[in-house]
Amino acid sequence: MNLAAGTSPWDLFGYFADHRAAVLHLFWEHVWLSVMPVVLGLAISLPLGYLARRSRWVYAPAVSVTGLLYTIPSLALFLIMPTLLGTRILNPLNVVAALTVYTVALLVRVVADGLGAVPDDVAQSATAMGLTRTQRLRRVELPLAVPVIAAGLRVATVANMSLVAIAGTIGIPELGQLFITGFQLSVNGPYYPPILLGILLCVLLALVLDVLIVLGARLLTPWQRVTAAR
Amino acid sequence: MITFDAVSKEYPDGTIAVDRLSLTAPSGQITVLVGPSGCGKTTSLRMVNRMIEPTSGTITIDDQDVTSVPATDLRRGIGYVIQHAGLFPHRTVADNVATVPQLTGTSRRAARVQALELLERVGLPTSFADRYPAQLSGGQQQRVGVARALAADPPVMLMDEPFSAVDPVVRDQLQREFLRLQEELQKTILFVTHDIDEAIRLGDRVAVLAVGGRLAQLATPAQLLATPADPFVAGFVGRDRGYRALGFVSAELPLAHEPAVALGSPVRRALDVALDDWVLVVDDDGAPQGWLHLVGAGPSDDVVAAGMLNLGGTLATAGGTLRETLDAALSSPSGRGVVVDGDGRLLGSVRAADVLDHMSAAPRERGPAAVREGGRA
Repeated sequence: MNLAAGTSPWDLFGYFADHRAAVLHLFWEHVWLSVMPVVLGLAISLPLGYLARRSRWVYAPAVSVTGLLYTIPSLALFLIMPTLLGTRILNPLNVVAALTVYTVALLVRVVADGLGAVPDDVAQSATAMGLTRTQRLRRVELPLAVPVIAAGLRVATVANMSLVAIAGTIGIPELGQLFITGFQLSVNGPYYPPILLGILLCVLLALVLDVLIVLGARLLTPWQRVTAAR
Repeated sequence: MITFDAVSKEYPDGTIAVDRLSLTAPSGQITVLVGPSGCGKTTSLRMVNRMIEPTSGTITIDDQDVTSVPATDLRRGIGYVIQHAGLFPHRTVADNVATVPQLTGTSRRAARVQALELLERVGLPTSFADRYPAQLSGGQQQRVGVARALAADPPVMLMDEPFSAVDPVVRDQLQREFLRLQEELQKTILFVTHDIDEAIRLGDRVAVLAVGGRLAQLATPAQLLATPADPFVAGFVGRDRGYRALGFVSAELPLAHEPAVALGSPVRRALDVALDDWVLVVDDDGAPQGWLHLVGAGPSDDVVAAGMLNLGGTLATAGGTLRETLDAALSSPSGRGVVVDGDGRLLGSVRAADVLDHMSAAPRERGPAAVREGGRA
């Protein structure tokens, strides 16, 4: 990919104009590499968190083991994944899988605690009205856990955004590559445009995704916006 | 009819919550389980809808063993009201009320129409339908809780301290409306409370449970006050028993003529009719408004106004209980208790001494045999 230097060391807009197609390609790669793991991670964490919620015996190990996963350095995980998955080293699926692991690490506890946040009298009356276990989960526990889960999703999404950038060091195309390019182009004196552009796009993307999650959560929780009458 | 037959609940650690409880809650009546904490009253209640399974014994509803149907089906046919209402915070009031009908397949629209009717029935405006529980006061939430329990029109209702978490004024109001509602609906109700006064007020029959889940006495409120079965019940029923028992005896006393003046009359007129320093003031319909104290009432050309009245006395209704009649006399500044008819119009007055004379003239009549069955304080 041609990401050659322009003239001024600060002209990031000029740089963007010159490399528009390439940069946008990296941007969209970055988007799906950071969003996909959140979606998958959430899909995995919901049942895991539910199981952890249901039984004390599952809760402690599930929460501590998944929590420990977060301590594995991301670069190491990116490099191990091809062996675990049988994929090639530059396959972006490695990144998706690794980041899904981190998302699960963050979200299992969040989901378990969120589902457990149903007030005692509410849980009781749900049972007493004859809701089955599934109905209770779908109609009561899950909706009430939305604010907690959304808060967890925001953390996981932002964390993923920055972890994705590291995958640039092993040659996966995403915004992290702009930092490497900036570093390489700085051999004859500082050259910032790709680095600044990368930071700017990362921050923009993080903001947009964050706003989307907040909006989604608001749509799902109209009851949270009413003010108490007492 | 709910029947407990030798029902016990023992926990793995050896704690006995309920000890061979046998009792019947008759159809269409309120049976109250009352007792100190640890007496197993809530446990007993929850064994009816199988939120807790008994260790031994059987519970039947209308002769059908509760374990003979799936727990969720059983529960949908039993109304359940708890202390803090336990409304779903994320559902609107109408959706909360419609919970069970929707589970059992009633269409959304029909369930909503029905929910609105129920809101009116429990004394809430239908404009509350689209509010969330957090926008309601504790008493209003409790009413929604009752509406929700009634939604599937279950013959049986379980109520676990439903009025304990609201202030005394609201509680009194909720209790009164609950009795009015029960009068209409005639549900078979098992009601748990730790408050003996509430038990006596609401119960057709009261079961007093002792710690360890032992049934100490099952009786009408009047019997409970008049003849406690053992020292535990006597202690639990507490003080003022004799006075409270008067709440179950109707007063049929001759009334004395009570002169009264209307609001807006000149004070001179009050001076003319007065028996002593106090004159009763009524409104244009003859409903008592308060007592005028003639000492310091102002010049005789003044007009009797609401602001001049002493509001201390309570009113007794003709044909009411000895308790309210005596209370009217004791609380009246003039010493004459005001008795009104069903529409609140003045009939006459009665003195505390008259009430006491009446009671001592016929002491035997106040024994347990003569008290009104099913009467309420």
